[in-house]
Amino acid sequence: MAENGTELRIKGGKVYDPANGIDGEVRDVLVRDGRIVDKVSGKARTFDAHGMVVMPGGVDIHCHIAGPKVNLSRKLQPEDHRLDVHPATDVTRSGVGGVTPSTFATGYRYATLGYTAAFDAAVPPLAARHVIEEFHDTPVIDKGFYVLLGNNMFLYDLLKQGRKQDFKDAIAWWVTAARAAGVKLVNAGSDEFWKGRRNENVTDVNEEIDPFDLTPLQATAAFIEAVDELNLPHPTHIHCNNLGHSGNVQTTLDTMKSAEGHRAHIAHIQFHSYAGEPGKRVQTGSEAIIDYINNNENITTDIGMVMFGKATAMTADAPLTWMLRFKDTKWVNADTECESGCGVMPFEYQDTNYTHTMQWAIGLELFLLSQDPWRVMFSTDHPNGASFRTYPRLIRLLMDRGFRSEMMGRVNQKAIKNCLLPQLDREYTLSEIAIITRAAPARALGLVNKGHLGVGADADITIYTDDENRERMFNAPRYVIKAGKPIIEDHEFVDDHIGRFLHTEPEHDPAIEDQIRPFFEDYYSIQFNNYRVDASYLHDHEVIPLRNSGNKKKGNK
Amino acid sequence: MILIPGRSSKQGTSLNAGKLKEEYQTVTSTIEMNESTMRKLGLSAGDRVRLSCATGKVEVECGKPRKDEDLPDGMIFIPYGPSSSELMESDTAGSGMPMSKQMVVDVECLGAN
Amino acid sequence: MSETKTPEAEKDEPNIRIVEDATCTFCGCVCDDMELTVDLDANRITKAKNACVLGRAWFLQHGIEDHPQAMIEGREVPLEEAMDEAARILHEAKFPITYGLSDSPCEAQRVAVAINDLVRGNIDTTTSVCHGPSGIAFQGVGESTSTLGEVKNRADLVIYWGGNPAESHPRHFTRYTVTPKGRYIPNGKKDRYVVLIDVRKTPSAPVADQLIRVKPGRDFELLWALRALVRGRDIDPDIEEITGVSREVLDELVERMKNCNFGVLFFGMGLTMTRGRHFNSGALLALATDLNKHTHFVAKPVRGHGNVTGADNVVSWQTGYPFGVNFHRGYPRFNPGEYTTVDLLARGDADAALMIATDPASNFPKHAIEHLKKIPVISLDAKPTYTSRQARVAFMVATYGINTGGTVYRMDDVPITLRPAFDSPFPTDEEVLTGIHTRLKKLRANGRKKAA
Repeated sequence: MAENGTELRIKGGKVYDPANGIDGEVRDVLVRDGRIVDKVSGKARTFDAHGMVVMPGGVDIHCHIAGPKVNLSRKLQPEDHRLDVHPATDVTRSGVGGVTPSTFATGYRYATLGYTAAFDAAVPPLAARHVIEEFHDTPVIDKGFYVLLGNNMFLYDLLKQGRKQDFKDAIAWWVTAARAAGVKLVNAGSDEFWKGRRNENVTDVNEEIDPFDLTPLQATAAFIEAVDELNLPHPTHIHCNNLGHSGNVQTTLDTMKSAEGHRAHIAHIQFHSYAGEPGKRVQTGSEAIIDYINNNENITTDIGMVMFGKATAMTADAPLTWMLRFKDTKWVNADTECESGCGVMPFEYQDTNYTHTMQWAIGLELFLLSQDPWRVMFSTDHPNGASFRTYPRLIRLLMDRGFRSEMMGRVNQKAIKNCLLPQLDREYTLSEIAIITRAAPARALGLVNKGHLGVGADADITIYTDDENRERMFNAPRYVIKAGKPIIEDHEFVDDHIGRFLHTEPEHDPAIEDQIRPFFEDYYSIQFNNYRVDASYLHDHEVIPLRNSGNKKKGNK
Repeated sequence: MILIPGRSSKQGTSLNAGKLKEEYQTVTSTIEMNESTMRKLGLSAGDRVRLSCATGKVEVECGKPRKDEDLPDGMIFIPYGPSSSELMESDTAGSGMPMSKQMVVDVECLGAN
Repeated sequence: MSETKTPEAEKDEPNIRIVEDATCTFCGCVCDDMELTVDLDANRITKAKNACVLGRAWFLQHGIEDHPQAMIEGREVPLEEAMDEAARILHEAKFPITYGLSDSPCEAQRVAVAINDLVRGNIDTTTSVCHGPSGIAFQGVGESTSTLGEVKNRADLVIYWGGNPAESHPRHFTRYTVTPKGRYIPNGKKDRYVVLIDVRKTPSAPVADQLIRVKPGRDFELLWALRALVRGRDIDPDIEEITGVSREVLDELVERMKNCNFGVLFFGMGLTMTRGRHFNSGALLALATDLNKHTHFVAKPVRGHGNVTGADNVVSWQTGYPFGVNFHRGYPRFNPGEYTTVDLLARGDADAALMIATDPASNFPKHAIEHLKKIPVISLDAKPTYTSRQARVAFMVATYGINTGGTVYRMDDVPITLRPAFDSPFPTDEEVLTGIHTRLKKLRANGRKKAA
């Protein structure tokens, strides 16, 4: 937080603030005490932004940047760090880069792309403390996480017993105890197959999960309904079953339909938009998926784009990484008791490969066919589809038809012949980019003070040099201001900042603890009283308000 | 003979009292061998023994014999501590870890205590 | 244990305090179900319910010693003066090293890494002489693993290799892996088969259904033979001669491993400290991974110190590497054998050392100790040690988990928050390190001003 009285005037830039209907208008943006205000005194420091592009800071709605799985990946790949070092400066800490950078490098590198908030998408409650500890060492950006509940044994027991109210209370308790910003499902129901049935996986979402007497689809629908009724700021964040398998379009459509009008967020949908026969070549399924989304306003999604180069498979979907394992490459599996699985594996997307090219193309197709940028958002599922450092290049692919066709000429041609991409001429505008990378994720997360530059918003601001080469432009903002404090000036770090922790606290009957405690004593290996993350870990934090809690001050669409 | 340093309960509990206290120092300078080995070397419990190798040498006390099936012939067990350090080679073969479980030492009997 | 009392509830007598669900940080088991009875007048824990023999010693023997908070060359000094001197030593050194950390909470470990980032020093933890080779192996082959609760709930085959938990981690069997009943293991030990593989018959042997004796230094050959058999390859007919284990025993073990529902391989320093070192750990991790083609199989090093796993995690998230990290060029570099402490000392590279909650002067190889005696040492420890006795600056700090809070990571990476039992007159290691860090930042800033 900037000290009281710090005032800034960002003068004469072209402002892109779609939440407030501002599309490239030249105007001043004024800052005091870490917030956007409508006037400042004559003492305000002035940044001359003439000819520059001014946007709210980026908000990453789906990435993996902290906690046990990320740390396993860091430990696993020293070879990935050695070639990409991150030296200290007089104001910043050192670190290493690569696909899974150290915590400090992660924060600074997000900042150097103009991002000021990011959400880790998969945290087992047992590891919540670890994630928050890493967040303290992840500078500049604000951050939060979604807690993994989609294979939670206790919750499945409640569903089996038909205890709907207890189920809702228990979800709310878990979100509160772990200090999460939302609820995440990953390959719902698969843990029993993986851990309990010798490494099998869910294949049919309508097959009952032994011993819970319900199907993955029924479980998913129950979570979607409960989370919506709890008025969590962000809807259930879903990694559907059958990720990566040819023909998974049907599973994804079934999952979206199971929401029955309730709000639901489908994560990295590119990986779930594959037509074709299971076990055979991937075909594009982007039209069927995006048509459904275009016509159903209860669904939001992030794309999970693929970019060629080094990535790391990193997911609570342990059977998936096992399936991807090729030629005995190094591989990590990490089971968390009663809660989750986890797989980590180095991976590389190659432009000569049919499947990888198809995945790259499907991500772009989904964006180019989307009719509502407010519901179809930007992500690479970092580091699964690609590192977050590829964002500028992917933005250019969306904005620049010429660049896109040039690149199409260099990749696997069989895939290009089989996909829709060559027929799509659309180019994203700067305003649309501001929506999919800032305004829409902030809105989907219920962050009323982020993703826009209206009065009262957090002064998280990025100022880019306008450049026709959009990759170059988005790769290096001239200025980054975080919570009203200049962090990057003329491309150099001038200050450090810890960033805030964002979480939510749904209402629930505290008596639910009496139900959870006995289960804990039987099947967990730590004490119930040592499970909840206590307030000492929160430091600078903010509770994201629930949807019905009066604070409806959203940006005007 | 092969010296294998390791943890023992006594080493662990005496650590809590303090490393500079007598108990810890006694525990970490007492070795164990099996009955046959001790017989072969003419040792009995309480005897003083000198262990030596290229790195160093140290005097320790011989503990009670272990059954033959519990400890192989020619093997000496000692709880970690200053005595095992004295004999430990510092070369780690690029691993950071000195060879601390399988040290080849000479044994010399110094007689009863 | 009773679950209705609130933690840290006070009883009638004003001088007795009960701390429930406290955590024992003596070994890597990090059992968090201690019920401590604290005599607040005497500053003593009088009872540690649920603690094992090591835990009882850890809690009951802990008193507040009459000892200075800080000393310089054996002379008592004010804490501030000692922090000034420590900062001066680290600031002036050309090659300062930091070692230890495994008996400090993560909050202190984070500051220790920050200090090294600032002075461009070298940071290493006791991992390098413990499961460092397993960390190196992990980088090569990965690991299939799980939290201990999953072992309790699901494991029907439990194998220990080169470890003696009955003496080093007494509650490993009873709280986590062998005797407890779990969700799919309703009868506890009866539903599991336990195998112990070691060179000697240790006090852990009675727990096992089967003891397999391997010849000293032949672990790698035995592991590699098992890998071959799991993959359906043939092996050397002289295998018994080489490893001490017969073909029949191997075949039976392989069938058992392939046909269990959920198998686990725990391994100790009997693998990492002996001939083969990281190759041994790598072979074992690869064996567990191979077995996943047949069933669900996991492996886990049995870690020693209370928060050695936290040290691995903190150093990894801040630098990308788990131990043996050098900041001399202004960014982290990793190279075991070069930036690991035994090597740095034995080569005579370091010219100052910050030793945090560790006693290399009593357990390092002789030549390493000899160099340590030649350079200024700053030590932080809760008890006088061989290292603190010879340190230039010696801080006596409060004991984590007994006098201070903070976070520790159990051997399976589960983070746990400590509940301190009573206050200590000594500073925490986080406070001392933060004091040094703050002073170093000032010294650096002054240096920059002079240069400018």
